Amino acid sequence: MTEVTAAHEGVINRPISVTVNGQERSAIVETRLLLVHFLRETLGLTGTHIGCDTTSCGACTVLVDGVPVKSCTQFAVQADGHEVTTVEGLATAEGLHPIQVGFHEEHGLQCGFCTPGMMLTASALLERNPSPSEEEIRWALSGNVCRCTGYQNIVKAVQHAAAALGGE
Amino acid sequence: MYPASFEYFVPTTLEEAGEILERFGDEAKVLAGGQSLIPLMKLRFASPRALVDVNGIKGLDRLSEEGGGLRIGALVRHSACEGSELLQGRFGALGDAAPQISDPIVRNRGTVGGSLAHADPQGDWGSVMLAVGAEVVAHGPDGDRTIPVAEFFDGPFTTKLRPSEILTEIRVPDPGPRAGGTYLKLERKVGDFATVGVAVHVSFSNGSVGRAGIALTGVGPTNLAATAAEEALAGKALDDEAIGEAARLAAEAAQPHTDLRGTEEYKRNVVRVFTERGLRAAAEGGSK
Repeated sequence: MTEVTAAHEGVINRPISVTVNGQERSAIVETRLLLVHFLRETLGLTGTHIGCDTTSCGACTVLVDGVPVKSCTQFAVQADGHEVTTVEGLATAEGLHPIQVGFHEEHGLQCGFCTPGMMLTASALLERNPSPSEEEIRWALSGNVCRCTGYQNIVKAVQHAAAALGGE
Repeated sequence: MYPASFEYFVPTTLEEAGEILERFGDEAKVLAGGQSLIPLMKLRFASPRALVDVNGIKGLDRLSEEGGGLRIGALVRHSACEGSELLQGRFGALGDAAPQISDPIVRNRGTVGGSLAHADPQGDWGSVMLAVGAEVVAHGPDGDRTIPVAEFFDGPFTTKLRPSEILTEIRVPDPGPRAGGTYLKLERKVGDFATVGVAVHVSFSNGSVGRAGIALTGVGPTNLAATAAEEALAGKALDDEAIGEAARLAAEAAQPHTDLRGTEEYKRNVVRVFTERGLRAAAEGGSK
């Protein structure tokens, strides 16, 4: 581990180009900018939430190249040339994504803070495994913390989406 | 939380990465999965002047069996290990450990090599690699050298890697046709570090123990090999008596401290129980 030193002087910038929800977005960012701040502050996509900021809670989960990652634990510069999906990218002009319908129908949220991360993790699960068991759903979501629901309705929401997507 | 500023490099070859590391010396850090390094940078426990992101180097994400052993590239993610058919049976210690590391989202990014290079005494892979007798390959200015994991950890978060070196691969030796193992971990909840972890890996020859590997997580300044327990098992039949004695010796080798996760006495007892259970699982795996 590097010893603690004073912050290095100067701002170090770097141009990046990231496909966010299907749209190419270019910006010049500080190398130390976290992906979550790039999404929320640079692009104004505030659907991605910052919960614990310590890689524990999963509220900031987004998909990078289809894989759930904690956007508070990745630098924006690392996403250069990659595809990012946030909660804003789930719905289409035709309507809500089945996972969003599931959360709506099954009352899968109370305060809603963890919901974007939950939905992105769940959507990646359903891509990989269209008809997961309850155990598999709980396992897949075990990195996303919810302090309201007790998870029961979140699991039901994912099951609802799996059925709607034709997995069951 | 905002890390200190740093210069960011994405080399596409090991040579290029090595040049950058040489230029910055111990002020550079290698970035693989970043699931330990980035939190440390956010907390300003680490403020490297340069980050060398090795994710752009091709070929480092291979996981393969070779000559009866395993080769694990530095960029193999925990999630890749979780789903790998290679990491079952004889290599059950690896396959059982993978899904117990942190949480599923962290496992999508975090790497086996990064975890070893980070050398957290509460890291899971260190114990697994000690138990299976693995070695790491370090690429440096003078080429490659291999370092047995048994000699790799110098202390908490400190390894034999030089500032100009990159860990490129982990090699697990062939344990022979009859081998088995597992990893047992006690954690308060998903994503927590181990209160105690025990890795067990046993090679059998002619029905008795050839080589036994037992290593402990979270109960010492580094992952610890329970050497006395390993030696006591060599050449023995893996019966109740041998298992009981090895478990007692493993508990003796532990150096736990009382903290929020448990008392010293409690952790030592968990080491004993897990060693027993692990050896029984290894015996079952090795008899298949």
